[in-house]
Amino acid sequence: MIPTGLKYTKDHEWIKLEGKEAVVGITDHAQSALGDITFIELPQIGRSVKQSETISTVESVKAASDIYSPASGKVTAVNKGLADAPEVINKSPYDNGWIYRLSVDDAKELDKLMDAMAYQKYLKEQEA
Amino acid sequence: MSYVPNTPAEIKEMLGVIGIKSGRIEDLFKCIPPELRAKSFDLPAGKSEFEAEKYLRGLGKKNVTDLIYFVGGGFYDHYIPAAVDAIVSRSEFYTAYTPYQPEASQGTLQAIYEYQSCIARLTGMDVANASLYDGGTALYEAAMMALRITGRNKIIMDGGVNPIYRKMMYCYTSNLSIDFVETPVTHGQSDRKEIEKCIDDKTAAVILQNPNFFGAIDDHSDISEKCHKVGALMIESVYPIALGLLKTPREMGADITTGEGQSLGIPLSFGGPYLGFMATKKEFVRKMPGRIVGVTVDKKDRRGFVLTLQTREQHIRREKATSNICSNEALCALRALVYLSLIGKDGLKEVASLSRDKAEFAKAKLGEIKGVEVKRSSPTFNEFIVKLPKNPNEVIGKLIDKGIAAGFPLGRYYPDLDDYMLVAVTEKRTKHEIIMLADALEDALWS
Repeated sequence: MIPTGLKYTKDHEWIKLEGKEAVVGITDHAQSALGDITFIELPQIGRSVKQSETISTVESVKAASDIYSPASGKVTAVNKGLADAPEVINKSPYDNGWIYRLSVDDAKELDKLMDAMAYQKYLKEQEA
Repeated sequence: MSYVPNTPAEIKEMLGVIGIKSGRIEDLFKCIPPELRAKSFDLPAGKSEFEAEKYLRGLGKKNVTDLIYFVGGGFYDHYIPAAVDAIVSRSEFYTAYTPYQPEASQGTLQAIYEYQSCIARLTGMDVANASLYDGGTALYEAAMMALRITGRNKIIMDGGVNPIYRKMMYCYTSNLSIDFVETPVTHGQSDRKEIEKCIDDKTAAVILQNPNFFGAIDDHSDISEKCHKVGALMIESVYPIALGLLKTPREMGADITTGEGQSLGIPLSFGGPYLGFMATKKEFVRKMPGRIVGVTVDKKDRRGFVLTLQTREQHIRREKATSNICSNEALCALRALVYLSLIGKDGLKEVASLSRDKAEFAKAKLGEIKGVEVKRSSPTFNEFIVKLPKNPNEVIGKLIDKGIAAGFPLGRYYPDLDDYMLVAVTEKRTKHEIIMLADALEDALWS
């Protein structure tokens, strides 16, 4: 099930707004497409990023893929535990596998993203 | 596979189809400026096997391969034990290029893995890659790696870095906006004051060479400290044989080290193929270009070798790959591995000591000649510069006629050093040969 209350990108990142901050991760679909994740290059805390800009790279046994920031803002925290246990992303993509937090410049940017229903539809279209 | 060239009739037909009415192949290349085009594709008539062999033998006789060799400049005439050729000539190694079905080629992978281990031990670094093309391209890759790691774009390059490498660096990066700064060399060593002046928080790396192009040895520990204070990396290009005696790049605080591996069992052979090596700290392994072989265990706990970190490479990551290198210099790397395994730690030390001691003897002998000035402002390894009272090009030409390649004329790369010649001595040079060099040089200068 795709959790409601989050917003989704076409590149399979999710973002959850919590006040002025937001949490970002990759979706269950993304982790299963990548396969066993072996490494994640975490963003630098304090880095400013624009919406859709590359912020991190996640590496699995099959591929190394970029993660694009779903919103503009400044990185306030990263999930340091992933450095030693990147497989947590596979096990818990929406929860313990979060990647970074950022202070969001403009919450309106998130309006451009998909909600759970739209994302589910998008995935179905992709499969077809 | 048979090779059947196109007949003139077929060529005409094909050209007709694509609209070249003249029927001349040359007209296909009209869009290339004439000065860049080959002047002519006319080849002489074919020769029989017998005629071709006779012709090629004649050409081969023009080569001189038995000169007494004192030319260095980054490439050195060290002895190659016969076992190196014997082992690399085994067809299992000789025919295998970089492994495309890697895990099926356990022998090739193991050889690369052992090579990486040797380079890591030699340089004191944590990890080495499976090899690069040569010392110059390896240095370029190291510079690119520093830009990736730091996210900065200024590179400080010491004037003592091999001028050939510097030329290659500028050629490779000519379409990138990298801010290069070159610092001069004074008294044979890196100029601390100049480097300190240039280094700032925009600097990605300082590139140094040890021994430098003038043969001077240096301890770059103080420079690496300064680099690290501002978040820059230190890249050191090294001469692997010299590491038998000198402090390792790791001991001097280098973050990335590269070098030309030709001295490790690879013949000079008119300029190649050679071997580039690269080693770095573990924290930078994912930013390192090229292939890396790792060791693992299979389901039954048996040791096996794999190509690891492939996901950063071109065939998977396309334009986002760490580098456009998707290959390695396997056969030359194998030569280096066999060479290092044969001579061992003590052997390497001995080769290095002999080269250094004989170079000191050559310094003394050449210094006795009237008008010849041996530069002694800094310690050297096996190479040093001498000032001649006559044009080095002419002098070198005269000595070639006597079977001696006396040195490298520095004026070719350093216009203000027109009177200087770079002389290299390896363990292969005998006392007798060094005295011959001194006598022949004295003759060429004064009789």
